[in-house]
Amino acid sequence: MSKSEELIKKYQEKSEYSHGFVTDIETIKVPKGLNEKTIKFISDQKKEPEWMLKWRLKAFERLQKIKEPDWQKPKYPKIDYQDLYYYSAPKSLKDQPKSLDDIDPEIKKTYDKLGIPLEEQKRLSGVAVDAVFDSVSVATTFKDQLKKIGVIFCSISEAIKEHPELVKKYLGSVIPITDHYFATLNSAVFTDGSFVYIPPGVRCPMELSTYFRINASNTGQFERTLIIADKGSYVSYLEGCTAPMRDENQLHAANVELIALDDAEIKYSTVQNWYPGDKDGKGGIYNFVTKRGLCKGKNSKISWTQVETGSAITWKYPSCILQGDNSMGEFYSVAITNNFQKADTGTKMIHLGKNTKSKIISKGISAGNADNTYRGLVSIHPKAKGAKNFTQCDSLLVGNKCGAHTIPYIENKNSSSDVEHEATTSKISDDQLFYCRQRGLNQEESVSLIVNGFCKEVLQQLPMEFAVEAQKLVGISLEGSVG
Amino acid sequence: MIEIKNLKTSVEEKKILTGLNLKINKGEVHAIMGPNGSGKSTLSYALSGKEGYDVTGEILFKNKNLLELNTEERAQSGIFLAFQYPIEIPGVFTNNFLRTSLNSIRKSKNQKELNAIDFLKLVKEKSKSLKINQEMLSRPLNVGFSGGEKKRNEILQMALIEPEFVIMDETDSGLDIDALKIVSNGVNALRNSERSFLIITHYQRLLNYIKPDFVHVLSNGKIVESGDWKLALELENDGYGKYLN
Repeated sequence: MSKSEELIKKYQEKSEYSHGFVTDIETIKVPKGLNEKTIKFISDQKKEPEWMLKWRLKAFERLQKIKEPDWQKPKYPKIDYQDLYYYSAPKSLKDQPKSLDDIDPEIKKTYDKLGIPLEEQKRLSGVAVDAVFDSVSVATTFKDQLKKIGVIFCSISEAIKEHPELVKKYLGSVIPITDHYFATLNSAVFTDGSFVYIPPGVRCPMELSTYFRINASNTGQFERTLIIADKGSYVSYLEGCTAPMRDENQLHAANVELIALDDAEIKYSTVQNWYPGDKDGKGGIYNFVTKRGLCKGKNSKISWTQVETGSAITWKYPSCILQGDNSMGEFYSVAITNNFQKADTGTKMIHLGKNTKSKIISKGISAGNADNTYRGLVSIHPKAKGAKNFTQCDSLLVGNKCGAHTIPYIENKNSSSDVEHEATTSKISDDQLFYCRQRGLNQEESVSLIVNGFCKEVLQQLPMEFAVEAQKLVGISLEGSVG
Repeated sequence: MIEIKNLKTSVEEKKILTGLNLKINKGEVHAIMGPNGSGKSTLSYALSGKEGYDVTGEILFKNKNLLELNTEERAQSGIFLAFQYPIEIPGVFTNNFLRTSLNSIRKSKNQKELNAIDFLKLVKEKSKSLKINQEMLSRPLNVGFSGGEKKRNEILQMALIEPEFVIMDETDSGLDIDALKIVSNGVNALRNSERSFLIITHYQRLLNYIKPDFVHVLSNGKIVESGDWKLALELENDGYGKYLN
């Protein structure tokens, strides 16, 4: 093989989406279609109490009356909701495995391959994992150790059965079932996700994380996560996502609700690496997600950090409702789109309480034929005296066929508040690339270095265990974008 | 070490170098002087492989045809260009850049990559011997650096990488006398029988500090006169007038 052929081969292998394999496994699926029968089936599979089913059906009733939103920039072909599977679970998990040893070896192997070995002893120390495979939670590690200090970390399905008082009180309290089409859809058919409760005054001693994996084809994933930080507590939570490479588009419509009471702090980080589709834009995940945090108590804080590198379309606005006086919301985002990927993402900061503060740092990187939009809302209500916001939106363009757009909305209804907005758009210059390459870095390494520098402010917000991975991911997502 | 034969370059039909010949042996220091627009910077780009130039002719470096190598392959095989205007890269700390650069070059030679601790040791030692303040290493690469700091940073990188052939593109421009001394001391410290230099400059001043073995005059894309370092003195007195049409 000649040197250039070898290089090409190496490059092709490298730029392949490395999480794109399929696990061949027997599954239980509900027949295709969105109807009451499907919802009852899901509820039944999860052995849910009656009140939960009623809640779901109420959402479904609402769903009949509303329409999909269509104001977003990335358009997509109409989704046939009757042609999707709403529940898919590995057969071997029908009877909840009692311990890690009972888990199907094929599933264990899947997580090993993804670099998330479920055996606790092999885990990064200080990180507990909830692993969600299609519609069910497979395993949650370190559960017992956390329980000793009163931290509840389990699947939402388990929480519905074991902690109904907390779930009843908080589920839907930040994202009402009437919110909008996808949130309502999720409320009707959600399958699994994580539940976290941190008791008053407890600082959760380890990172909690959920790893979402879509495996089955033609299946939507409807994740539901609920995190409650009681008075004076702290938790840092991270989610990761991957899916096989398929020619079809798959829907991931999640709802994530966070509630921080007085003096509590929640740090929520996302590394999203769903399958982005191939180089020609075929396939990939539609990542239509509703994430919202409520700073309910005074002096509370919610911080969103997201690194969005995957998905054909990313459409999400992790938001903060700053209700408690002196509460604080933060949003740090890196969104990378390459080839034909599209992103329309940003945040909403709703200032209701006095002296509430918010900070938005958004870094959008667009390469290939991709299109990247920042869309954000800063809304300061009349009673939010002394509120402050700072927003910085930077866009970086790689090549000349991509697009970057910034759409900030600012509503300020009182005169004692302070809103700042800064925005820049830049390109990776040929001179920067030449300089790096003259110092021995190849093209890909140069792009990765420059982009990582551009994102530094956001990446350094990630928990240390994941920052290095995220840096690598930034490089990988941009492979083939120059030259 | 390096032999340039009938080198011609053009950018969008505009001819810049029009048939340049030059041979530099191991351990030699050559200076190229010439008026504005004579093609001095273009020569440094043609040697280091900047894209966007049509280049014909031949450049043999250690018996390899450089024109077949891309920019990073040339850097990895031992060519270093000290930039006239070093480039800013926001958010990338200078330390990190220097280590990534050094390790890319080491990797290409199948040498072990340096971990953070070993690298810091090395960089400390080098900057001390070059009298370079290490403080700039913890700032983003060249961002907000003074003119002098940028050039010192180039010299530090050169000292770390230890290239075999160094091109200095008007490194002296914009330097005060103290910075000029640091830069030329850096070059002199690296001068040895195995390493060659091509120093591109407008002024004879730099050559008081770095004494070249040969001086060439570049005009209209060609070398029109060559001599020893005394030629630089003549140029300083007489100007480039006689070489211009």
